[in-house]
Amino acid sequence: MMRYIALLMLLITVPALAVDSEPALPNATLQQRYETLTHQFRCLVCQNETIAESNAGLAADLRTQVREQLIAGKSDEQIKQYMVARYGDFVLFKPPWQPNTWLLWAGPLLLLGIGALVVITVVRRKSQLAKSSPGEADGDDLRP
Amino acid sequence: MKALLFLLPAGILVLLILLFWRGLYLNPSQVPSPLIGKPLPQFSLPGVGGPSASLNNADFEGHVSILNVWATWCIPCRDEQPELVKLAQQNVVTIYGLNYKDDADSAVQWLQSQGNPYAKDGFDPKGEVALNFGVYGVPETFVVDSHGIIRHKYIGPLTASLISTQLIPLVHKLEQVSK
Repeated sequence: MMRYIALLMLLITVPALAVDSEPALPNATLQQRYETLTHQFRCLVCQNETIAESNAGLAADLRTQVREQLIAGKSDEQIKQYMVARYGDFVLFKPPWQPNTWLLWAGPLLLLGIGALVVITVVRRKSQLAKSSPGEADGDDLRP
Repeated sequence: MKALLFLLPAGILVLLILLFWRGLYLNPSQVPSPLIGKPLPQFSLPGVGGPSASLNNADFEGHVSILNVWATWCIPCRDEQPELVKLAQQNVVTIYGLNYKDDADSAVQWLQSQGNPYAKDGFDPKGEVALNFGVYGVPETFVVDSHGIIRHKYIGPLTASLISTQLIPLVHKLEQVSK
């Protein structure tokens, strides 16, 4: 039995995804900020990966930048601005809230609103029809 | 009212088709550069052939120039190189090079064997200057006006048709503006 459990455990292991070969930062807070920041920036070479996950040379360069700037005492906001100044908003995985992204952010809510309007109109009309001529308008009426 | 109920979804469908149709032909690897319309970042690089051929911001003053980011390990650069050599022979624009994350010996050898289109060629083995230029793939080519302002950026290799139909007209336009 133990043998099967051991086998099962081997099968469900995942490979260690260690791309980042940078040495650890001097303290845990900085290391935490480093992890958070590198997971927010897009690698422009392999665009669906963050710079924390990517093997590309550019991602390594950008990780070095983040690391060095953190050690130099830059704030998260300053590091973000550094990236955006060079690579544009596209470098951010989470797009900022600004005029050219309003539609992007508000789009889902807008669509939901339109859907809700349609539902409300249809339901109202049906219920009005049902009131005016009961039994005829509602074809789905399954009462005996 | 009935007509509207029919036309509205049909209209939305048409809009979505147009949107996605356009999306099919967009190239996501061409990220617009935020540096367009801004001055070149401050930089100073030694030349590929040695410190004498150094390249810095002052080289871009007074005339339209292009800055081509290249490397010997970059495969598309091989196709681009002969086109740059031809462009250099036409004498329409000053061509500068930025050798990116390369080693000096291979770069010098490449220029000797393939021809050297560059008036000056900066050597950036660690890609530190290129980082400030927002370079993320090679080859990339910046078009810089006579005041050192970046006006355009081509991502990917320049081809003969791209040079004759887009690059050269743009250079002429920038020259007109600065006169």
